Amino acid sequence: MQWISQTLAVTLLNLRTIPQRLSSSGVAIIGIAGVVVVLVSVLSIAAGFTAAMQGSGSDSRALVMRTGADSEMTSGIGGPEADIIKQAPGLQRDGQVAVASAELYVIIDLPKRSTGTAANVPMRGVESTAFAVRDEVSIVDGRMFQFGTNEVIVGRGASGQFAGLTVGNVIESGQSSWNVVGVFEADGGVPESEIWIDATVLQGVYRRGNSFQLVLARLESSEDFDRFRDWLTTNPQLNVQVRRESEYYAQQSRSLSSLIQGVGFGIALLMGIGAVFGAILTMYTAVSTRAREIATLRALGFNSGSVVVSVLVESLALGAIGGVIGGTAAYFGFNGYQTSTINFQTFSQVAFAFRVTPELLGLGLFYALLLGLVGGLFPAIRAARLPIPTALREL
Amino acid sequence: MKYLPLLWKSLWRKKIRTIFTIGSLFVAFLLFGVLMAIRTAFTFGVEIAGVDRLVLIHKVSLIMPLPISYQSRLQTTPGVEVATHNTWFGGVYQDPSNFFAQIVVDPEPFMKIYPEYVLPPEQMKAWLADRQGVIVGADLAERFGWKVGDRVPLQATIWQPKGGGLTWEFNIAGIYDGEQGIDKTQFFFRYDYLDENRAGGEGMVGWFVVKIADPSQSQALGARFDEMFANSSAETKTTTEKGFVEGFANQVGDIGTIMISIASAVLFNILLIAATTMGQAVRERTSEMAVLKTLGFSGATILVLVLGESLIITALGGGLGLLASWLFVQQGDPTGGMLPIFVLPPRDVVSGAVLIVLMGLVAGALPALQAMNLKITDGLRRN
Repeated sequence: MQWISQTLAVTLLNLRTIPQRLSSSGVAIIGIAGVVVVLVSVLSIAAGFTAAMQGSGSDSRALVMRTGADSEMTSGIGGPEADIIKQAPGLQRDGQVAVASAELYVIIDLPKRSTGTAANVPMRGVESTAFAVRDEVSIVDGRMFQFGTNEVIVGRGASGQFAGLTVGNVIESGQSSWNVVGVFEADGGVPESEIWIDATVLQGVYRRGNSFQLVLARLESSEDFDRFRDWLTTNPQLNVQVRRESEYYAQQSRSLSSLIQGVGFGIALLMGIGAVFGAILTMYTAVSTRAREIATLRALGFNSGSVVVSVLVESLALGAIGGVIGGTAAYFGFNGYQTSTINFQTFSQVAFAFRVTPELLGLGLFYALLLGLVGGLFPAIRAARLPIPTALREL
Repeated sequence: MKYLPLLWKSLWRKKIRTIFTIGSLFVAFLLFGVLMAIRTAFTFGVEIAGVDRLVLIHKVSLIMPLPISYQSRLQTTPGVEVATHNTWFGGVYQDPSNFFAQIVVDPEPFMKIYPEYVLPPEQMKAWLADRQGVIVGADLAERFGWKVGDRVPLQATIWQPKGGGLTWEFNIAGIYDGEQGIDKTQFFFRYDYLDENRAGGEGMVGWFVVKIADPSQSQALGARFDEMFANSSAETKTTTEKGFVEGFANQVGDIGTIMISIASAVLFNILLIAATTMGQAVRERTSEMAVLKTLGFSGATILVLVLGESLIITALGGGLGLLASWLFVQQGDPTGGMLPIFVLPPRDVVSGAVLIVLMGLVAGALPALQAMNLKITDGLRRN
């Protein structure tokens, strides 16, 4: 009981004197805050990219591509084959019409707003069923394009990232020009990086005859996937592979997110070591400037355990303050920051926003506390071991 | 110089403090070096991309093919030394995660245009003699343990073979090497092999590369090419190779800025630590400084001593950190294939060294000035 009250007393004393040692405590706090900012912001890039990619995928949609194709870009499916695919069992039907869209996926060069240099903007040729297949897509500005015309609608992310993609504008690409008539949203998913147009019009411009690249189908339910896939892959008229849309996008985002995460954790680890050194220095300073105080307390009968705890708590407090400052800075500095990068599987741009998630903030705070704890450990032990007579004599 | 022992002694006055300060500087500059290598990796070798090489792509986008017939028209244009064509193959070796670039080329003009790829003459001869021959980069060969003479199958994603199935077979005819900073992870094979065996797309290539005699003519020639093919079914867009690579790096996003801001955050953090440490080290020794002054040390000497101490600490920590980052980068790409060009450019080593000196001076400046202006009486009275 007495031990607890002693510990409490010393700890409170320490915490209350932090403001008096502002400059040295400030260094530890800023050091830890810096690590948290970097850790959280780098990981928020990966979180944003992954969210955009995986948010687009649904378990109850299936993507049909040619065997061997590793992305929508490299796939190819003839018009007659697309018609066969739409007859597969397990596919949702609206009356007689299959809820499936045979699509083209190409890229066109458009300037990036931020740099003015050309970027590979994905362009998707869709059928009228595309909106029934992807029920999350909705027009937020302007109107839907008319089939059979040169009109296009653009995703919200694409509109923000690439020059000229605003309602009322005309974009030139090669010998064609497209009228932008609407902007759409898709719950922040990949389609928001794309330009959509009538598939038939795109077939003409890209000289694709009556051929598509993929068929995206809505299943009656997510359990019907196996039935749907088996029917297609065993059909001798077809040479296709079938994947759940969610799996497809997860696989597409894997390599880039793991690269960003690897870089983020690596940097944070190294920076953390630097920050721990900073924290250790701070706490040593705190201990050595108060050596006489601590020795006095111990001479008065306070035990060394309570001194250790008090130093550790102070160090943890510095870590917590640093963690909170760093997390706040990362949140306000980076959350929602819009950018775009290239998806190497399709060579096309993906627009996404940095996401500082609660999990990342928690991770940052945890790391800050860990740094504080490690930083306080040795100085605490030293404080407890100080020989009382020497310490009392010290300046 | 004669003060060196004095400097050394005061440095180790508080061992733990000095060691941790050096440690944090070490970490900071290790990170600096690695971040700069990552930044360079994401510029995809823009530093070595030639300004005397022009790249022609389809005006609509890179993925649209161009007819091979353009080559002879490019070759006969005055001012052109060599013109050749490349095509992206995009095959898969065993598993999609084993990604590397496979480019379809015409061997002789290709090697003329890219002298930076070094290939032993007998291997070049073997490549020319074998239609299924391929040359691979030294890093790529090491990654998969390939030797000259090995047979390598790739699964097609874009170009399906005429005979059915998805498999294309290649023989490794040679392994090319090159200086540091050259991408040695590529796989170059012959266009005639592709064109005779692919189902569809015959006579079409991905892009053209043209080596020109006079780099100052690149703009004019580029415009001339684009005009030549204007109003055809495949219009072109010509840029210098450098501009092309830069444009591609921009597509990835602003990795450079992100890396530099992280590096600045790290260095600022460590600067703070070093500066407070120095400040404290001097404050503790106030009375010693006063004694030195009493003994006849001038203010300027004291200033130099404190600055020297600070510089030694930063030079030790920062120098070792830079060295460690250099050694780390020498090990090559840590991600196993995702960053083909992983080097620490000499330019960044120099800026690192400059930063080390600057940090030493900045961290030591304030305490050094205080020590210089210290009045002996004040210094002796203060404890």
